[in-house]
Amino acid sequence: MPMILAGLPLILHGLLVTATISLAVLLLGTVLGIFGSLSLLYGANVLRWCVRIYVDVCRSIPHLVLIFAIFYGLPALGLQVPAIVAGILALGLFCGAHMSEIFRGGVESIPHGQMDAAKSIGLTFAQRLRHIIFPQALGRILPAWVNTAVEIVKSSSLVSLVSVVDLTMAIQQIVGRTREALLFYAVAAMLYFAINFTLSITGRRLERKLGHG
Amino acid sequence: MYQFNWRPVFDNFDLLLKGLGLAVAIALLSLTIGSLIGLAAAFGRTHGPPPLQCLTTAYVELVRNIPLLLIIYFVYFGLPLLGVSMLDNLWSFVLALALYAGAYLTEIFRAGIAGVGKGHIDAARSLGMTRLQVIRHITLPLMARVVLPSLGNTLISLFKDTSVASAIAVPELTYGAIRINVNTWRVIEVYLVVAALYLATCYAIAGSLRWIERRWAIVQ
Repeated sequence: MPMILAGLPLILHGLLVTATISLAVLLLGTVLGIFGSLSLLYGANVLRWCVRIYVDVCRSIPHLVLIFAIFYGLPALGLQVPAIVAGILALGLFCGAHMSEIFRGGVESIPHGQMDAAKSIGLTFAQRLRHIIFPQALGRILPAWVNTAVEIVKSSSLVSLVSVVDLTMAIQQIVGRTREALLFYAVAAMLYFAINFTLSITGRRLERKLGHG
Repeated sequence: MYQFNWRPVFDNFDLLLKGLGLAVAIALLSLTIGSLIGLAAAFGRTHGPPPLQCLTTAYVELVRNIPLLLIIYFVYFGLPLLGVSMLDNLWSFVLALALYAGAYLTEIFRAGIAGVGKGHIDAARSLGMTRLQVIRHITLPLMARVVLPSLGNTLISLFKDTSVASAIAVPELTYGAIRINVNTWRVIEVYLVVAALYLATCYAIAGSLRWIERRWAIVQ
């Protein structure tokens, strides 16, 4: 117990970094996903192909390769960014690709008649999306969004491999000092589990509240 | 301006090819071991006594909510402290990935078991088959076709997850990229090539899986 207390400041710092990275990645991914899905659904041919290539490429490459490529690649191109930014960019690119597919699927699951009906009562394209399509798609998108959030919190541990002191790295450093591997891996597992399990439960509750299966 | 020089990458191409081969082998092996774990846990959860059901639920929920990297560290650095020290880094990773995959596969198999109609089970029971015979001759063959696409998706994710093995210096594809990058500093070239290799392999796996699914389909 005293050992856990001694490690607590570092663990809390790591936890904060993990939370920051996850939130930033989800924010970036959601914004990219909204633009990506709209381009896939309603974009001009050239734009659609470009986004399709982005989505398929980012989803087929391991997260770690994306992280290494951006972390080592940007400085080689003359752009110095901190490791944490490289990690957020890499995971954000992946998250955006994934979200694009989720949002596209959600919008496509809304029957075509809804769009036609909205058109026939004279709503503009933006109004149709805002008042008709998005509110209905939200209930179908949200569960998948929360699952992605869990994946992102898990993937954020990979940034420890480019020297960011997130929760995983903090635990590794403490284990290196105290040699109490089992104890601190259990602590880390509990913390990750607490975050992700809360997320999943919240997701399930939201899903029920919004009333879609 | 960045000057491209592809020679160092292609001079060391065998390192990448060997790494790719190892990555595919690890993914297949973990899928196999993970499937055994998943099958056992799925039947334990649907057919087993309540304590076993609790245990499998705990396993699935725990593993699905913690990072793979942490499981790898636990197996590689933690297990030796518990007296299990015969695993080198490669086998530690295979075990970690199989444990990780097992949790996802449990859910897949459970859905597969639930998808087998009750009528089939009742019919088999009324013919006098024992519970084990029903599982072997009715449930397993019927669920095999249902779970095949999900197994394929799992194989592709596992193949992508093999890149994390570089964290404990397993010489797979990403580790090859790290080595070439460190030795030659051709960072853009090496990661472009490695990304292309991952991309091509993912599509090759997906393509062959679709071919198998078509071959196996009941309605051609």
